[in-house]
Amino acid sequence: MFFRAAWSLVRRKTGPGMRGTHGPGSAAHREGKMPPYTNYHAQRSYPMPDEPFCTELNAEQRALKEKEKGSWTQLSHAEKVALYRLQFHETFAEMNRRSNEWKTVMGCVFFFFGFTALMIWWQRVYVFPKKPITLTDEWKAQQLQRILDMKGNPVQGLASQWDYEKKEWKK
Amino acid sequence: MISSALTNPQMRGLLAKHLRFHIVGAFVISLGVAAFYKFAVAELRKKAYADFYRNYDSRKAFEEMRRAGIFQSAK
Repeated sequence: MFFRAAWSLVRRKTGPGMRGTHGPGSAAHREGKMPPYTNYHAQRSYPMPDEPFCTELNAEQRALKEKEKGSWTQLSHAEKVALYRLQFHETFAEMNRRSNEWKTVMGCVFFFFGFTALMIWWQRVYVFPKKPITLTDEWKAQQLQRILDMKGNPVQGLASQWDYEKKEWKK
Repeated sequence: MISSALTNPQMRGLLAKHLRFHIVGAFVISLGVAAFYKFAVAELRKKAYADFYRNYDSRKAFEEMRRAGIFQSAK
């Protein structure tokens, strides 16, 4: 989410008129003016911030705000939308739009998995000491034979899978 | 002005609906898991132990282990 907030800030600063998501007839942004940078940040969990989105209003917008103080039935549809856009940056639908951020995240995660794997491989070749004697194959075979002789876990475990007559694992 | 063309979404009883769905689901799932465990794990294990010990000759097993050489006190 912060990725997207930062990215939208970057997008905002890189030129006027890049507000493609606003609908037609939004009088507040028709001139291509950039709103001033404020503390405004809307989230689904904090839907009505204290400050309005646009604090610097031109004459037309100020007139609209005066009209808002009267009866709202006199406002046209376009004026209501303009007032909404003054107060709020995005509608809920726009705010909650999905993004492709997860692909970036997963890509970075997998990349670092692979990088870690390469590091560990290098360490295996150049850093790790010799294996102790108990991990050699002969020792492990003798250990297994001893466990089978003791009949360890004969009901459902290891020794139950060993066939003592034929001296091999059960099929 | 807009809502005359669309029907309202559900406005009330959202928590009740959510609770009912999830409480029923929780019961069903937990009972199902418990039943599955009882039959697939617990009963199976009891049967395995019963079968193993029905005709178990401990003397014979001891002799086999002694011959394999794992004991220190009985060679």
